[in-house]
Amino acid sequence: MPKFITLAEAVEMIPDGASIMVSGFMGCGNPHKIIDALSKSGKGNFKLICNDGAQPGGPMGEDYYGVAKLIHNRQVKHMVATHVGLNPEVGKQMNEGAMRVDLIPQGSFAEMIRAGGAGLGGVLTPTGVGTIVEDYKDYVHSVQEIDGRKYLLMKPIRADFALISGHIVDTAGNIWYKGATRNFALPMATAADIVIVEADRVVEAGEIEPENVVTSGIFVDYIVDGGKVSG
Amino acid sequence: MDKDNIKSYIIARAAKEMRDGDIVNLGIGMPTMVPNFLPKDVKVIIQAENGLMRVIPCTEETCEPIYKVDAGATPVSVAPGGSYFDSCTSFGMIRGGHIDVTVLGALEVDEKGNLSNWIIPGKKLPGMGGAMDLVVGAKKVIVTMEHTQKGEPKILKNCRLPLTAVNCVDLIITEMGVMEVTPKGLVLTEINPEYSVEEVQAATEAVLIVSPGLKPMS
Repeated sequence: MPKFITLAEAVEMIPDGASIMVSGFMGCGNPHKIIDALSKSGKGNFKLICNDGAQPGGPMGEDYYGVAKLIHNRQVKHMVATHVGLNPEVGKQMNEGAMRVDLIPQGSFAEMIRAGGAGLGGVLTPTGVGTIVEDYKDYVHSVQEIDGRKYLLMKPIRADFALISGHIVDTAGNIWYKGATRNFALPMATAADIVIVEADRVVEAGEIEPENVVTSGIFVDYIVDGGKVSG
Repeated sequence: MDKDNIKSYIIARAAKEMRDGDIVNLGIGMPTMVPNFLPKDVKVIIQAENGLMRVIPCTEETCEPIYKVDAGATPVSVAPGGSYFDSCTSFGMIRGGHIDVTVLGALEVDEKGNLSNWIIPGKKLPGMGGAMDLVVGAKKVIVTMEHTQKGEPKILKNCRLPLTAVNCVDLIITEMGVMEVTPKGLVLTEINPEYSVEEVQAATEAVLIVSPGLKPMS
């Protein structure tokens, strides 16, 4: 069974220089309370694996939204993403040489993380063939031809930590997501050594019907009960 | 035409490419206007690559920007019959040929249907996001863009910027005309009556093949 921890304990667990996957898309589905606490921790040199850099402004008037807080506080030294255009701070820090940014096609990014959590040696995709993505040696093993069509053999991606957001989480760690927040949480929950879910609401095991469980609780190591955290 | 009129003109023409029931993914910016120009008898199903099907604008009651946004981070909702899914499923739909049409912008397109739309080295690095997967996987790829950038052609013999994908574009729609990508090159099938064929060619680096059935663009 996963263990319940506080925000402070979650932050304490994450060391300087950790590789961290964060679920979400332009901030939608980021575990906002954990990210906020981490952004105030003074820790840094993180490798952030997240679809994007979120946005400087949030929908509820926040100055910085989701992972944009970590980027703004210069806690990220290396970012693996698919699109960073909505957060100009990423491009700025990259041009200053303060941050390395690796950009991967979004469908490949999702599948590479899935492969990382599913025991697969890689993913064959036609996406990126004939483009500069072919030269990304850290991520592309080789170009393969299968039955006359070319594919890139993309390597799996894993991380030390996955920080994900769930709307309803039961005490067995099972997760139900609200709206479009599930995006990258499903593959990320499988692909990190330590998985921490921030729950909007915690219920007893059994309250989420087994048919409605989206992420099985066996993937989850720790639960932060966001409903019990102020702010 | 001013900028807004040019955009409306281009997107109104792109909307005519949609067939009733098409499953459509629309790029950020101008392409998101396509639904506003659909004929009454054409209904499309809009997919957003961050995991939504049957995307519709949200109302004061249904907007929940914390939980529901489209791929441009705009708050949206889904219509009855819609669904939410994860990014692996979403891109399985996209690469797997389950999306009928994608409409997206371009920095450059060339006569072989190569597309560049994700990076200007040293200047702009937005990233490819879902574009590389979309143009590889969607059944029909429509590029909507202004014909030139500050007077310089964007429709080239060979793309100069890093590619998004090779030989992926089916149709190019600009304020000057409509061009089909064919094995022989770009065929000009429709022209904005405000321009002559010579003017369109002068604004295009690739050599245009004028269709024998060239029609006014409407």
